[in-house]
Amino acid sequence: MFSESSLKKIEALKTRYPTPQAVVLAALWMWQEEHGWVSREGMGEVARVLAIPVHHVYGVVSFYTMFNRAPVGRHKIEVCTNVSCMLRNSDRILSHIRERLGIGVGETTADGRFTLVEAECLGSCGTAPMMQVGDEYYENLDEAGVDRILAALK
Amino acid sequence: MDPLILPPVPGLAAIDVYEAHGGYQMLRKAIGMKPEEVTDEVKKSGLRGRGGACFPTGLKWTFMPKQTTKPKYLCVNGDESEPGTFKDRQIFEFNPHLLIEGSIIAAYAMGVGTIYLYVRGEYNRWIGMVQKALDDAASRGYWGENVLGSGFNVSFTIHRGAGAYICGEESSLMNSIEGQRGYPRVKPPFPAQFGVWGCPTTINNVETIANVPVILRLGWEAYGKIGHPKHPGPILVGVSGHVNTPGVFELPTGVLLTDIIYKYAGGVPGNKKIKAVIPGGSSTMILRGEAIDGVTMDAEGLKAAGSSVGTAGMIVMDEDTDLVRVLTRIAGFYHHESCGQCTPCREGTGWMHKILRRFDEGEATMADMDLLLEIANNIEGNTICALGDAAAWPVQSMIKRFPEEFRKKVKTQAA
Repeated sequence: MFSESSLKKIEALKTRYPTPQAVVLAALWMWQEEHGWVSREGMGEVARVLAIPVHHVYGVVSFYTMFNRAPVGRHKIEVCTNVSCMLRNSDRILSHIRERLGIGVGETTADGRFTLVEAECLGSCGTAPMMQVGDEYYENLDEAGVDRILAALK
Repeated sequence: MDPLILPPVPGLAAIDVYEAHGGYQMLRKAIGMKPEEVTDEVKKSGLRGRGGACFPTGLKWTFMPKQTTKPKYLCVNGDESEPGTFKDRQIFEFNPHLLIEGSIIAAYAMGVGTIYLYVRGEYNRWIGMVQKALDDAASRGYWGENVLGSGFNVSFTIHRGAGAYICGEESSLMNSIEGQRGYPRVKPPFPAQFGVWGCPTTINNVETIANVPVILRLGWEAYGKIGHPKHPGPILVGVSGHVNTPGVFELPTGVLLTDIIYKYAGGVPGNKKIKAVIPGGSSTMILRGEAIDGVTMDAEGLKAAGSSVGTAGMIVMDEDTDLVRVLTRIAGFYHHESCGQCTPCREGTGWMHKILRRFDEGEATMADMDLLLEIANNIEGNTICALGDAAAWPVQSMIKRFPEEFRKKVKTQAA
């Protein structure tokens, strides 16, 4: 189920577009923020509130990489490994995090605290290497900095 | 040149500070003019798009039909995802009102009633900043019903993406706004005739739009004198990779690449030699370090050097860089981001990545170089959108300009 406040936001957004379908990304974002990932139930709810077919919602969810189609850890760590970060040793940052957390890329720690993924360019090339956790950008990373950040993410 | 897009004014993102520095005066000026006069001013200024294609902005605006029963739309492209590019983010953070003011002026000039600002999903922090600025601008009557008492109505909505490089391609962006998978569309029809929901639409990059109030303030003649005459104005140059002080620098077009690297970005760490430069984001053709002397950052200068301006996101690589590894990473990116509609791109990007990994692992033969080039040549020009070309150009230019890098990988590691 969507929260009341999300339903209100969805209704308000519908007035900004000629079709309710245009609100599908925004509605999926709200679902993911409330539930952590987009389940079959979530897609069904989005389809219902926008009065669009659920297969359309599934098509959208499977196209965009930021929608989690399975549960993830409380903190999803996304390490950019694209060229600008690579030239400034993002490989070292990634392997350091892997060692610290004892998980591989695409995996979640047993306590459900962290999920680790590799990301494409996040627009932080001048402050490379970097990683994103939730909405937050952590830039100019080194190993010691990573340790401090991980310790603070409960 | 004093910065015009990102002036060093503390707190400029706040509406009071922006107004105190002349903010929204150009909107007032614009609505006192006829819409076509505003378009004409932009046209005469020589402004060219800052999103990669360098298309003349004013000319693009004139493609919008004047007589139409359909609603008209402006989509501002803030999907910023080209590797090496991080300039629009600076505008969102440090001068969002310039972007908002420019968008409203552009909408007025084209008779647009609805603006969508498309921002990549990862930039949620910056979306929050721009949304705040947008709310403040609405509360002061700069957009909404009857803008500043002029009778002009315009709505303004931020549309958040969700992780897809391809959505920076204009037709894909329009599909994403419609709530669809971000597949590029076949052109023609072009957006000005058949855009979002089949209505007349113009898509402009964030930085392009931020130049609009600057043009009105300086006047087209003075603006046109900044930088290179055929590609004038300030340009936000992002420098990353092997430089001492990476960052975004606002410079006049026509600035020397060597000045960008040594004067602004602090030179190369350890005073190493530059092996290669990617001048405008990962899809632009790579240049040899010794070939950048005298080359300027503008459409003409980089074309003559065998590359392009792209997004002006420069990636600098020193003499110790393994360029095959760099290219392997770039190829992996395009493979990941190919939407899968067109066979040459869907299959070809994967094949190129596979062959390059073979080089990287020392398993490649010399014949693989020919194969790699053949695949790239068969992608280029054979796809619906420019992602195919963007994937082919780095491969083609690397093979042409750095064949020794491939040979080295084959010989040394096979021995």
